[in-house]
Amino acid sequence: MTAIDEPGIRRATALSEREVKRQEREARNKLTSKGATIAAIVIAIIWTIPTFGLFVTSFRPGADSSSSGWWTVFTNPSFTLDNYFSALTSGGTALTLGQSFINSLAIAIPATLIPIAVASLAAYAFAWIPFKGRSIAFVAVFALQIVPIQMALVPLLSLFSRGLTINGVSVFPGFDLRDADHSFATVWIAHAVFAMPLAIFLLHNFISEIPGEIIEAARVDGAGHGQIFFRLILPLAMPAIASFAIFQFLWVWNDLLVATIFAPSSSLPLTQTLNSLSGSWGAQWYLQSAGAFISIIVPLVVFFSLQRFFVRGLLAGATKG
Amino acid sequence: MAVVSPGVTRRRRIPRSVTGAIVAVAAIGIVALFLVLVTRPATTGAVPTSLGFSLNSFFRFLGGLHPLVQIPIMVVAFAAVVAIILVLIEFAPRPGRGYFVLRLAACFLIPVLAFMMLRPLQNATLYVVGIALLAGALLFFADYRAREGSGYVFQLVIFLAPAALLLILGLVYPALSTIWQSFFDKTGKTFVGLENYAWTFTNPDGFWSVINTLIWALVAPVISTVIGLVYAVFIDKARGEKFLKVLVFMPVAISFVGAGIIWKFVYDYREGSQIGLLNAIVTGLGGQPVSWLSNEVLNTFCLLLVFIWTQTGFAMVILSAAIKGVPTEQIEAARLDGANAWEVFRNVTVPGIRSSVIVVLTTITIASLKVYDIVAVMTGGRNNSTVLGFEMVNQQQRFQSYGHSSALAVVLFLFVLPLIIYNVRQMRKQKEVR
Repeated sequence: MTAIDEPGIRRATALSEREVKRQEREARNKLTSKGATIAAIVIAIIWTIPTFGLFVTSFRPGADSSSSGWWTVFTNPSFTLDNYFSALTSGGTALTLGQSFINSLAIAIPATLIPIAVASLAAYAFAWIPFKGRSIAFVAVFALQIVPIQMALVPLLSLFSRGLTINGVSVFPGFDLRDADHSFATVWIAHAVFAMPLAIFLLHNFISEIPGEIIEAARVDGAGHGQIFFRLILPLAMPAIASFAIFQFLWVWNDLLVATIFAPSSSLPLTQTLNSLSGSWGAQWYLQSAGAFISIIVPLVVFFSLQRFFVRGLLAGATKG
Repeated sequence: MAVVSPGVTRRRRIPRSVTGAIVAVAAIGIVALFLVLVTRPATTGAVPTSLGFSLNSFFRFLGGLHPLVQIPIMVVAFAAVVAIILVLIEFAPRPGRGYFVLRLAACFLIPVLAFMMLRPLQNATLYVVGIALLAGALLFFADYRAREGSGYVFQLVIFLAPAALLLILGLVYPALSTIWQSFFDKTGKTFVGLENYAWTFTNPDGFWSVINTLIWALVAPVISTVIGLVYAVFIDKARGEKFLKVLVFMPVAISFVGAGIIWKFVYDYREGSQIGLLNAIVTGLGGQPVSWLSNEVLNTFCLLLVFIWTQTGFAMVILSAAIKGVPTEQIEAARLDGANAWEVFRNVTVPGIRSSVIVVLTTITIASLKVYDIVAVMTGGRNNSTVLGFEMVNQQQRFQSYGHSSALAVVLFLFVLPLIIYNVRQMRKQKEVR
């Protein structure tokens, strides 16, 4: 979380170190009274317990977890890994949780890379190629960012499946992918579309801050926009791209709505399969809990290993969806 | 910014008005071809024409492979397309005969190829190719005659075209189409005026989705922000701040599906001994177990609690960063004037983080208006717990009722609209400041 503490740190370095220590001691004495600390700890516990309870349950034998509360584990401990094996292999009609884990990967990776490439091209043009109506076009893209996905779902789906028909005249047919084993094409395109406004907006903000002198110098050396973009802008914008990539990856991984509408039944991701399995598992909490943690594991790994980028992406991209 | 071409002075002999006229003629030609195409009588049973290779055939080939094999193939194929775009952008604007030919070829080939990749139907092929050729000619001529030198318009179009296509075909057209469909019935053919909107506010499902969405939008942002702010203030500069932050922040990374299952377990209800935490507490205190999620009054608030649980971490992280940005001198000065901790918070900290609070509030409001997953996972919209974002999908998937689902989507859009306007204004203001 160091990224977001930067302003505080920067200001602090201006002061002498002893003064900082004195101020900190004082601030601690005055602002964080005992009551406040206790209140904070209570909030933290309330926020953690639901996850912890399910986590414990995922390691308890099925017979135990259906007859007694998870908190009894402290007096009567017994653990097993079987829940995870049975959750991974127990499938609905078409897919097991394990297979849809792979589907989730196959959806999320291209659905992260494609919008980044397309958006960074557009962001560069918006930032560094002057043209008439540029600022209006950019505001329009920004405004599209907040149009609910729900507005676009059904027509986009019919565009994919039935093609383009104007006034009763068919111009293009739809995609014919029904008999393909695992087709993700429509999900990739849908995710790329829905990511576009935010991606352009974020990357533009970063790319337009790159000093113009660097780009001028490259032009003088004879580089065209293609080289400048590939050799200069992409490496310089990497922090922004990484932040957005993580945000987008998690967004796609955690998404249920787009997958529900666009993914064919053999290509469903983890969230969708888990949701339908959750219905059929019903009160079998040993399966529900293990299934939930299988779907949570990837976001949590990303969260803990790349927290700095994650926070940055979140701060910038909170309005998506 | 454009590379100056040596041909600029020579071309000045043709007056600008002629350029404009030629561009206009080409544009009119495109529109005319389009109109002729769509007003001809519909022919049934037309077959798609393709060059033996289309987007469809590529996706079919991909779809037959193992999911893990598809990832690298798709990534490489897409990288190749981007590489071609970059090469074109790099070389096309250069002066010289070879580059002139490159531009010419690209202008005509790319639109035609792009259209043919989509397999136009037999009876439309000629018109589609005609439109593509005219568009290519238009682009080439406009580019050739551009004030900034030839190649300028060309590279701009190539930079922006992929994003523009995705946005127009994937967002603008569908959004307009949804508004249009909301005035038609289930089948999408009979015009019914405002009937779908009347349905939205009178049918129980529609009515409850509107009411609940309003409850969500009013309750969730305020509570998440208040708890997030209080927590951020309480742990500010406390020992173990980072760890305490992570605990509350972690739910942000968890999917709504995961969060839904976590909380369904908390809300679990059964006869006999309770395994759900909430009912265990209720019975432990001597009460009767409650079926939280099927209670028509309580369930919306139970779902709201899950949403608040996920959003508070977000509010806390942003507000915590803002609090650290409040100048220490101001706090010191207020304290020297004899203000206590609450007065300092009220009069110095809160005004200092005002803009961040507004960002958090609008962001969570927008998110709560669009919520789908939590309702889908936890109650499936039963017992009056439905919301607009969920009911819209429900009407479409379960009842194939496009009119109703479109009207619900439009109502949702109308709720979000003021926030969009506010955000755009905010952005404009920020730009002026810069």
